[in-house]
Amino acid sequence: MAISEVTVRDAELLAIDEINAAGGVLGKKLEPVVEDGASDWPTFAEKATKLIAQDKVATVFGGWTSASRKAMLPVFEKRKALLWYPVQYEGLESSPYIFYTGATTNQQIVPGLDYLKEKGKKKLFLVGSDYVFPRTANKIIKAYAAANGMEVLGEEYTPLGHTEYSTLVNKIVEAKPDAVFNTLNGDSNVAFFKQLKSTGISADQMPVMSVSVAEEEVKGIGVDNVAGHLVAWNYYQTTDTPANEKFVAAFKAKYGADKVTSDPMEAGYNAVYLWAEAAKKAGTTEVEAVKKAAGGVSLDRPEGKVTIDGDNQHVYKTARIGVVQQDGQIKEVWNSGEPIKPDPYLRTYPWAGGLV
Amino acid sequence: MEGVLNQLPIGLSIGAVLLLIALGLTFTFGQMGVINMAHGEFIMAGAYTAYLLQGVGFLIALPAAFVVAGVMGLILERTLIRRFYGRPLDTLLLTWGVSLMLQQLARDLFGAPNVQVASPAWLRGGIGILPYNRLFIMALAAASVLAIWAYMNRTGQGRRMRAVMQNRRLAATSGIDTGRVDQRTFFIGSGLAGVAGVALTLIGPVGPALGTYYIVDAFLVVVAGGLGQLRGAVLAAAGLGLLNSYAEFWSDASLAKVVVFVAIIGFLQIRPQGLFFVRSRALS
Repeated sequence: MAISEVTVRDAELLAIDEINAAGGVLGKKLEPVVEDGASDWPTFAEKATKLIAQDKVATVFGGWTSASRKAMLPVFEKRKALLWYPVQYEGLESSPYIFYTGATTNQQIVPGLDYLKEKGKKKLFLVGSDYVFPRTANKIIKAYAAANGMEVLGEEYTPLGHTEYSTLVNKIVEAKPDAVFNTLNGDSNVAFFKQLKSTGISADQMPVMSVSVAEEEVKGIGVDNVAGHLVAWNYYQTTDTPANEKFVAAFKAKYGADKVTSDPMEAGYNAVYLWAEAAKKAGTTEVEAVKKAAGGVSLDRPEGKVTIDGDNQHVYKTARIGVVQQDGQIKEVWNSGEPIKPDPYLRTYPWAGGLV
Repeated sequence: MEGVLNQLPIGLSIGAVLLLIALGLTFTFGQMGVINMAHGEFIMAGAYTAYLLQGVGFLIALPAAFVVAGVMGLILERTLIRRFYGRPLDTLLLTWGVSLMLQQLARDLFGAPNVQVASPAWLRGGIGILPYNRLFIMALAAASVLAIWAYMNRTGQGRRMRAVMQNRRLAATSGIDTGRVDQRTFFIGSGLAGVAGVALTLIGPVGPALGTYYIVDAFLVVVAGGLGQLRGAVLAAAGLGLLNSYAEFWSDASLAKVVVFVAIIGFLQIRPQGLFFVRSRALS
């Protein structure tokens, strides 16, 4: 398991512990079976098959990249088993055997653009890693920009794991955008922010809005390099709810006081609770019954109220824009006020008509 | 227009990074014919040395990383590689396995997430598009090349190293202890990877996967430059840096990678042994 998957697993194990301590589900204790997808999508499919066929698990929580989810999707559909996927993703998917507890595009990218528009940022530069999420996200961003009088000055992709950003930074410097929309993945963010910072461009002059940089990544990038820049998520460690206070305290108690919590971890943590609630409502852990019962299940979670949308099996989530602080935490500067109805195909957005 | 001009120093600075990561490899690969896939992990070891020595001083991390990575290389050579000389494919698999183990070791020691290595204050800022940290890397690459040149051409050890590189058997017949020369070469080659690792903390991520991001580029420089050839490595690194810089400027990063690969493949069709190579009679 790579960097971020480990902490999502930890958060899910914490949820399982808590549920067991409170008596389990339907009178039974939950027993986790942990498998490692090794950040390799064929392995994800293979391990998913093993969990379903051999371990006969009630449900699976996991997946990280969109590639890992796409690889597991046919496995779950064929075997009519259930997957809970905890990461924000590019939308345009709604498998009957997957529940999506991370944000879809209208709960993260669109609010991020709304925020930039509100701040008068009219000229954007798009930077992303070369794979499905950034390419889809940028299609959405370009459609949004066209409909909202914004201009996209450049759209650049770098191979996964790319670490040489001086040329790209030079292009950005030359284009002089008002803001950068960043969909880079993983370690590339470190190189990008370090190399952007060393040109002396400040976050005030040209903020970078990132959708894959959370509390855990901030430290690796170097707080100095990313402080003041923007991020779009549904949850921060600093999110002020009673459920979050409990979550952060419990996570630190179990895994160490220096650990941080982040959006994908919280989405994984929620997934276990949502499944448990749906199973209780169904009175069984049988997949079809749980799926049926899941629609409308609503819980107060660390990010606020979350409700499962029975139609597309996504979750109503509150969008939150944050600014990275000098202490490595993220301060919320804007939120959507209420949970946004998930719309993975952006059907309710007229400007997105040509996309799907 | 300004952007086009800026790409020139950028290209050279990319070249400097390539040179730093490839310098050590050019000797272990060039002299000993060892395809050391763990070279990237020695770079990683250097970067983590810089992480551990934060606060002590960035410049102290350079020699420290040289020793740390060098000793790691020495241990690898003594315990494993020396038993596999003359079996390049086996060494490739062997060192690849070692590389995976070292990555996992780093994950266990320092955790899976990237760690934070703050740039020293005197390397913040820059001149025009070139930040001071890039200039520092260029200076470090130049200093490393000079030091190696002096070592190879002005010392007895360096002379013996060149002798072994040109003809191992003849050198052995002349009374050179080739085993000891190999050890030294491996120590220096791996140590240089450590130095590169310290420099890379200025511009890139510091995590268990660090080595994997640079190893392919390092091999490209060595192959294009010619095995064990200092001037070949310098020219190849500069050339690839500039090619990369302009190809990416006029297209994008993914396409630039393709352009670089195609250029190297084309070049190797014309000069299969790289820019420079040692002409010797094939005795074996």
